[in-house]
Amino acid sequence: MALQSLDVRNVSARTSPPPSARTTLEVAKLIDVSRCIGCKACQSACMEWNDLRDEIGVNAGAYTNPPDLSDQSWTLMRFTEEEIDGQLRWLILKEGCLHCAEPGCLKACPAPGAIVQYASGIVDFHEEDCIGCGDCIAGCPFDIPRLSRRDSKVYKCTLCSDRVAVGLEPACVKTCPTMAISFGSKTDMRFAAEERLPDLRERGFAHAAVYDPPGVGGTHVLYVLPHGDRPEAYGLPRDPRLGGVLRLWRSGTARTAGVVTLFSVLVAGILHYMRRGPLEVPPERPGGKEA
Amino acid sequence: MTAPREEVLLRHGNATRVAHWAVAIAFVALFLSGLALFHPFFFWISALFGGGPFLRILHPFAGVALVLVFYPYAAAHLRDNRWLPVDGRWVRNMGAYMRNEHPDVGETHKYNAGQKLMYWSMIPILALLLLTGLLVWQPWIAPHVPAGVRRAAGLLHAVGAFVMFVGIGIHVYAAIWTKGSIDAMIRGTVSGAWARFHHPAWYREMTGREPR
Ligand code: HEM
Ligand code: HEM
Ligand code: SF4
Repeated sequence: MALQSLDVRNVSARTSPPPSARTTLEVAKLIDVSRCIGCKACQSACMEWNDLRDEIGVNAGAYTNPPDLSDQSWTLMRFTEEEIDGQLRWLILKEGCLHCAEPGCLKACPAPGAIVQYASGIVDFHEEDCIGCGDCIAGCPFDIPRLSRRDSKVYKCTLCSDRVAVGLEPACVKTCPTMAISFGSKTDMRFAAEERLPDLRERGFAHAAVYDPPGVGGTHVLYVLPHGDRPEAYGLPRDPRLGGVLRLWRSGTARTAGVVTLFSVLVAGILHYMRRGPLEVPPERPGGKEA
Repeated sequence: MTAPREEVLLRHGNATRVAHWAVAIAFVALFLSGLALFHPFFFWISALFGGGPFLRILHPFAGVALVLVFYPYAAAHLRDNRWLPVDGRWVRNMGAYMRNEHPDVGETHKYNAGQKLMYWSMIPILALLLLTGLLVWQPWIAPHVPAGVRRAAGLLHAVGAFVMFVGIGIHVYAAIWTKGSIDAMIRGTVSGAWARFHHPAWYREMTGREPR
């Protein structure tokens, strides 16, 4: 087997489970929003490490720049102004893939191998197998993947799977000057996040909370939100879920039942022909009556 | 009066046959490409289309082409597919008909009730497939459609496609089962005996002679 750090837990559109005898440490990135100063060093580090260059756009009247995630911007500092408890608050969120334990993107994907979830918890797109249908975008509860106009493939944060595979932390983590981003095992990160809350509460953020939404099985990117009772204020969904429509649409059982039914119709046709023979015009007696 | 031997009737004109086979070819492309997307068991079919990306590009164009040919075709044959009182009789005897027991199904016109049911079911199913297919079409339309709508459209497209697979599967089997009908759709003609047996009322309309 290849690198243990690249052991696979789940692959899009697979017909059989991947090798799973070995267990691997689950990793997580912890983003402590209360420590973030919005300097965008992580955004630049992401571009540098991944060799991405977004178009130079126009100022849309906010610090958020570029205005949205794209095939060239896999992480983005989202700035919002919100009135919370009668006070104007300037909120900053490092937006990007959350590496869900139960990824909607992977569930929605019809192309075998295009989306891979490593045993470490990292969800990675393998663009060489992507067919460009964009279903992952419809499947993601956080609206993260972006279809490139250049090559019709989807791109998003890889959690620096290439760095993590060889024991390095993601580029954004390495570069953050305030240490707002940390990286380690999921257990440790969850623990560190919880540890941060009493301090924040003492400082007046009574609703400080950890964002690790259970509707997607938890995530491998955790946020400490000072206003944890208002995740929407930061641009995060309150209760992200895959939802019944997606589950039904991509239900492996329903699809397999459909394929079995199609084969049954084929077999029924063959049996019918064998048993009943073709529908032929019977030989006619003079006068045109059936024999 | 006995009909002359070697009697030949024109059943499907040139335009009808060309349109029908255009629809059938588009359907085969849609069936194969759709099946590859429907279940990973069939993804190998994408090799026939030069790989997954090109399959995904081609599929919606084939769908639109099918729809553009099918609806004018269906409109041109609307008259022959109107539901008539005699069709109820075919439906009541459908079991015996399929068991090849030659029940008395009354005087069928150009198309029997089974064919008409296929015709009328395809009209809403293709409308559904067109609408839902357009909604999830990348990169043209889908970016402007909310994610929730695309999920629902994806689900309905898959369900509609499944119904069409089964429906056209039955249509193709019926064509193979009913000897002479594929020739009719290829060369356009049927024998007088074929017309008298399968579609007596149509025979009378075409020839002015009594079918029996
Ligand atoms: C009428 C115009 C049509 C358009 C514009 C269209 C478009 C599309 C598109 C864009 C997809 C996308 C792939 C995806 O989102 O996963 C798709 C999937 C599919 N199409 Fe169509 N299509 C059309 C007609 C048809 C027809 C007539 C059939 C069947 C005979 C069909 C069968 C399928 C199937 C089985 C899938 C896979 C769906 C799934 O697994 O969820 N399509 N179509
Ligand atoms: C794929 C292979 C197909 C084969 C082998 C096939 C075969 C045939 C044959 C032999 C007939 C002539 C029946 C007769 O003369 O009574 C026919 C008629 C017809 N076919 Fe197909 N067909 C195919 C696909 C399709 C598809 C995909 C559609 C529509 C979506 C379609 C729609 C029709 C219609 C509307 C008629 C005329 C019957 C009526 O108007 O009630 N066929 N087909
Ligand atoms: S956040 Fe979206 S893109 Fe990232 S793993 Fe979850 S569903 Fe996939």
